[in-house]
Amino acid sequence: MDADALRAKAREFVANQPTTDRLEFLRARFDAGLAWVHFPEGLGGLGAPRALQSVVDTELAGTPDNDPRRIGIGLGMAAPTILRFGSDEVKKRFLRPLWTGEEIWCQLFSEPGAGSDLAAVGTRARRENGRDGDDWLLTGQKVWTSSAHTARFAILLARTDPDLPKHQGLSYFILDMDQPGVEVRPLRQITGEAEFNEVFLTDARIPDAHRLGAVGEGWKVAQTTLMNERVAIGGNAAPRESGMLGAVAKTWRENPDRHTSALHDRLLRHWVDAEAMRLAGQRLRQQLAAGAPGPEGSAMKLGFAKLSQALSGLEVELMAEDGLRYDDWTLRRPDLVDFTGRGPGYRYLRAKGNSIEGGTSEILRNIIAERVLGLPSEPRVDKDVAWKDLPK
Amino acid sequence: MSATLIYSEVEEDLRASVRDLLADHASPAAVLARCESDQPYDLELWRLLGEMGATTLHVPEELGGQGASMRETAVVLEELGRSVAPVPFLGSAVLASAVFTVLGEPVPSETATLVVPFSSWQPVFSSGPVRSVADATVASLFIVPVSTPDGPELHLASSATVTPVTSLDLTRPVADVTVSESTVLARGADASNALRVALLTGAGLLASEQVGIAERCLFDTVAYLRERHQFGRAVGSFQALKHRLADLYQELVTARAAARYAADALATGEDVEIAVAVAAAHCSDVAVHAAEEAVQLHGGIGMTWEHPAHLFLKRAKADQLALGTPDRHRAALAELVDLRL
Ligand SMILES: Cc1cc2nc3c(=O)[nH]c(=O)nc-3n(C[C@H](O)[C@H](O)[C@H](O)COP(=O)(O)OP(=O)(O)OC[C@H]3O[C@@H](n4cnc5c(N)ncnc54)[C@H](O)[C@@H]3O)c2cc1C
Repeated sequence: MDADALRAKAREFVANQPTTDRLEFLRARFDAGLAWVHFPEGLGGLGAPRALQSVVDTELAGTPDNDPRRIGIGLGMAAPTILRFGSDEVKKRFLRPLWTGEEIWCQLFSEPGAGSDLAAVGTRARRENGRDGDDWLLTGQKVWTSSAHTARFAILLARTDPDLPKHQGLSYFILDMDQPGVEVRPLRQITGEAEFNEVFLTDARIPDAHRLGAVGEGWKVAQTTLMNERVAIGGNAAPRESGMLGAVAKTWRENPDRHTSALHDRLLRHWVDAEAMRLAGQRLRQQLAAGAPGPEGSAMKLGFAKLSQALSGLEVELMAEDGLRYDDWTLRRPDLVDFTGRGPGYRYLRAKGNSIEGGTSEILRNIIAERVLGLPSEPRVDKDVAWKDLPK
Repeated sequence: MSATLIYSEVEEDLRASVRDLLADHASPAAVLARCESDQPYDLELWRLLGEMGATTLHVPEELGGQGASMRETAVVLEELGRSVAPVPFLGSAVLASAVFTVLGEPVPSETATLVVPFSSWQPVFSSGPVRSVADATVASLFIVPVSTPDGPELHLASSATVTPVTSLDLTRPVADVTVSESTVLARGADASNALRVALLTGAGLLASEQVGIAERCLFDTVAYLRERHQFGRAVGSFQALKHRLADLYQELVTARAAARYAADALATGEDVEIAVAVAAAHCSDVAVHAAEEAVQLHGGIGMTWEHPAHLFLKRAKADQLALGTPDRHRAALAELVDLRL
């Protein structure tokens, strides 16, 4: 399907949809194949090139929609993994309510003993009666799980064979969060609120049909999730001087009495960096649309984290006596994350997470150095050792 | 705003043929040997670039050019930057050619240059000798901004007193220039505008040269560190170095986007001033950072005259001053985007 045909289809859909109910509208849009056009027919798409999504989005601008920040993990990570590794029944069951936002998703990857070294996860998955095809029972602890408190389902990485080296004994599952074996406790973060959680699993049950990929191939499946996570970041077109930069520029213009030449110099340096980052994002999207994604994407999250931290730090300094105040330390459990929401103090503190979540900046530098630049990898002492024998 | 920031197939083809030519003529050894010879410029290479049309890409056909755009010229500059090729491209094919093009004058086939200090960032019309002019020693046409009692004028001279000086940049030396006899090319607002556009064009396209410098410095350093062994391992396997190179790669990604945007803006005439200020401020510093890292990460060999790293460092540092230092471009930006001190 080409751009013209797609545009016509989207127009026709808008013209013939009398419903104003948001959910009904979104369900109908999914069923018409206009949710994510690159997905197959029957699963919210039309098997069209991904680049043509913008044609649909333009036609449907202003119609009822989801806040992508609320359903980001589902859209960016769970969906592409389910599409690639899920059975037909799994795809049919999960993709539609994921896309319409009826079911929120979270990512149960990190553990107290497995962060950057994700392949070290120790949450155990065992067959209920030790037989193929039986339900799985999961026991262990996950941590830093964003939106576990609003999520109905989770993508989860667990150890099915501790006797194998760490990358080999993993399997990948979909977990129903709404069951007795799953306990979610808020984990308060430096901003005062609890965006993320600790999740304790005690014989939490997963039907074998909700395993994604073969037993022992969980690492491979997780790679799909992580790749998509990093593609999603830096994904959207933003106007010039928006986001964090927009906030700082506004503060600058509104507070001429706080201007100093040193702050001015920093502001302009960041302005230039932010614009160059924005253009790099635009260039990346053009590469994707032309069907030639470059390795540049790996640099975007690194640059974004540096920039948002520098800008938000500057903004607090610009606030002078107001920079000494904070809006609210109350422990709350937000249902979406907004990096630029709330005040400068919040923005400053929340930006610290940008170089940790979704792979730390150090890990990203390793990835760029090894996979993009082709530099030799670190000596690996743990590659061939059974997971159970690794120092913990 | 939907500037195209990726390279077209035509641009990639152009890049390939320029790269081929430079591989034959501007190897590091050849460039190094030439810079202390009697003729630091490679006039044969310059002639060949002209023959293949690479020096007049953005000049309209009716003025004697190829009728392509600044985007293509920028690609040539990336390649020239990658090899710090000693040709008077910036002075002649960019600065002088921009003046002729803006004035609607046919672009002469002789090598020309714009007689301003290479560090200029805004139009200045003066009288008397001009210091540190780029690409003057091989020019046979000189465009001179002159201050007269009737206002600013651009003059054209076919001879000048050119005194070569010892230059920081060995591959694009500067000289002091005094012009005595000249004819008027443009007067008043036309003259001011032509000079302004030429400087803007030069600063915007220089960013592409800087991307070429940064790219070459980064990838040559990566190649060296993969081979060089110390402590029983490739030095490039040490994380302290890998992370520095990863940061440099990230800077290169943004620099390329900024430079492409400036080239596209110069081609379409849209958003030119902001695009140039951003590219000039950003790419200057990225090129210097890459060249400085290249020297450091090569260790002792990077400090030698025999290794080409210094050619890139000298070019990058001179380019940082050329056509406005980053802080000048940031100051211009402050006005353009209403973020005043
Ligand atoms: C706001 C936020 C939200 C998050 N949401 C989720 C979520 O929803 N789901 C989920 O599963 N996880 C989530 N995380 C967890 C996140 O993915 C991990 O925190 C991250 O991968 C780092 O792991 P760690 O915390 O164990 O740190 P560690 O891995 O212990 O790292 C400690 C320090 O060592 C550095 N380091 C580690 N290994 C290396 C190495 N090889 N080379 C150089 N330096 C290294 C790190 O960069 C870091 O600075 C979230 C984290 C944050 C901050």
